[in-house]
Amino acid sequence: MNKKMLNYILKRFLLALFTIWIVITITFFIMHAVPGGPFLSEKAASPETTAALQAKYGLDKPILEQYFNYLSGVIKFDFGPSLKYKGITVTELIVTGFKTSAFIGGIAALIAILIGVFLGSIAAVNHKTKLDQAIMFFSTAFVALPSFITASILLLVFCVKLQWFPANGLTTKGLILPIISLSLSPMSYITRLTRSSTLDVMGQDYIRTAKAKGVNYWVIIFKHSLRNALTPVITYIGPMLASVLTGSLVVEKIFTVAGIGKYFVSSIVNRDYMMIMGTTIFLTTIVIIMLFLTDIMYKIVNPRVDLE
Amino acid sequence: MSNHLLEVNNLKTSFFIPAGEVKAVDDVSFTLDKGEVLGIVGESGSGKSVTAYSIMQILSKPGEIVGGSVKFDNQELVGMSEAQLRKIRGAKISIIFQDPMTSLNPVYTVGNQIDEAIKLHTNLKGDQVHKKTIEILTQVGVNDPEKRAKQYPFEFSGGMLQRVMIAMALVCEPDILIADEPTTALDVTIQAQIMELMRELQKKLGMSIILITHDLGVVADMCDKIQVMYAGKIVERGTAKEIFYNPKHEYTKGLLKSIPSTQNKKKLIPIQGNPIDLLNIPKGCAFSPRCEQCMKICLEQYPAVKVFSETQQASCWMNVFKELKGSGTVE
Ligand SMILES: Nc1ncnc2c1ncn2[C@@H]1O[C@H](COP(=O)(O)OP(=O)(O)OP(=O)(O)O)[C@@H](O)[C@H]1O
Ligand SMILES: [Mg+2]
Repeated sequence: MNKKMLNYILKRFLLALFTIWIVITITFFIMHAVPGGPFLSEKAASPETTAALQAKYGLDKPILEQYFNYLSGVIKFDFGPSLKYKGITVTELIVTGFKTSAFIGGIAALIAILIGVFLGSIAAVNHKTKLDQAIMFFSTAFVALPSFITASILLLVFCVKLQWFPANGLTTKGLILPIISLSLSPMSYITRLTRSSTLDVMGQDYIRTAKAKGVNYWVIIFKHSLRNALTPVITYIGPMLASVLTGSLVVEKIFTVAGIGKYFVSSIVNRDYMMIMGTTIFLTTIVIIMLFLTDIMYKIVNPRVDLE
Repeated sequence: MSNHLLEVNNLKTSFFIPAGEVKAVDDVSFTLDKGEVLGIVGESGSGKSVTAYSIMQILSKPGEIVGGSVKFDNQELVGMSEAQLRKIRGAKISIIFQDPMTSLNPVYTVGNQIDEAIKLHTNLKGDQVHKKTIEILTQVGVNDPEKRAKQYPFEFSGGMLQRVMIAMALVCEPDILIADEPTTALDVTIQAQIMELMRELQKKLGMSIILITHDLGVVADMCDKIQVMYAGKIVERGTAKEIFYNPKHEYTKGLLKSIPSTQNKKKLIPIQGNPIDLLNIPKGCAFSPRCEQCMKICLEQYPAVKVFSETQQASCWMNVFKELKGSGTVE
């Protein structure tokens, strides 16, 4: 790791922080511009009660002051109190939900990457054979299916008809189907990506050079080809993690998994503004961090990328 | 037992594409001795690279050797197992390619790629490998080799990369170096430097070289013998002197006229017409559609090989015609 690289990482990091700040600011002001408030839903609360509640949560202060208070809270990972669940902070709710979501999302992503890269390489190495065609057929079929459709079908077949799995994600066994629903589409996409870039790389001059040097076939595949072929896959990992996390909002609802998606959806229904803001900022931050890491990884595997 | 280092006999290599069989190399035979430099000359598409890849057995689909033999040091390479071939490739026979910019792996450092060749074919370990890499880089004229070895191919110029390729090819001291148009992709001034380097290394290391080019001017002073290829066949062969001062094939004569030269200001005369379509080879001489001296027989029958000296042979009807004319049989 050289100085140029450290410089790049620092620059990219500052840019990520700046983006997060923009997201916080926009979220904050949009939430405050939306008409209606959490205490309006409570029927016929007296003006005094509303005022008291507003004072309690600091909602009576000038908007800029509220903004700076909120911002300084967020820096300390404090998203304020939940307006719905009395006595519980938004941060606590996010952490509880995210533990589950990150668990199933992480496993789904890992499965998608490992199996996708494996199947893609196998298809490329066996180019134009029956095996290649079969892999391509299934990956083409699954790549276009959004996770909530896969989830509904899996639920119908394995929970309702066959009853092999419980229809809720409260037990470990119940998490298997949500994980599969989340991973199928990105896995298929990675399979196709790996296959086409491997085929492309195998035709390159430097592969011929390696062969002419006396390098063994599998070393050509795993050393000379795979690392080049993985560049597009690595670029896709960031967006994929983002999609697995957002995809989990619906999948968690379908399988009743107590993840961050469940809290997010119910916070919208409950008009729990603090919770909506907190979750939005938290999820976007996760996405930004993913993209940041993707950029760094991309740079590490692909030294040609210009650091400017 | 033959005493040639390399012996190619009746080699035939074809590409099987949907439109049919492309006979890229068609019945080619030649030999190469220890320390000898052989030039293979011909236009684009004449089968020079395919000949080289056939020798190394690195053809990729849909290419396939369909006949003949390639003997290196009395071992048959055609049909040899991959495991055995790997011990020959890069160790006994090395190759450098036309485009150095795409011939090195972009994601590994130059040093790493030379190290790999050393580790594959020698027993050197750790520090010794690195030392050897630095040594060979110095030998091919790469300045500041310690720093350069840690750099990636994209940080090099084309000429420098070709030096790296040469270093990588020669690091295990092979018996034969095949140089497939090593200077075509480079600037004119750099071309001269690379040729100079090859000449120098050949003197020092004494390996045999097969020098492939489409420019007779480049190979002239380096080659012991030259063979001219057209449409997958060798149409003329001879010593460099014979080919230059006494060419016997109309195609060779055409190639000589098309050499760009700095000394004589005579106009360049490129050979008329397009290179041959290998899917539609004429019945007779493949060059006949473009030959200014084309006769009726050229269209109908492939010219037999005519021997002019121990070293020079050509397949061109003109020679037969001249002979007959001399003896008064033809007007
Ligand atoms: N992958 C391939 N598929 C089909 N045909 C091929 C393939 N590679 C080579 N050929 C055929 O083989 C012929 C000879 O090709 P080759 O690369 O040996 O030419 P060359 O003499 O090296 O020319 P150049 O100076 O352009 O490198 C070509 O004309 C082409 O028709
Ligand atoms: Mg070529």
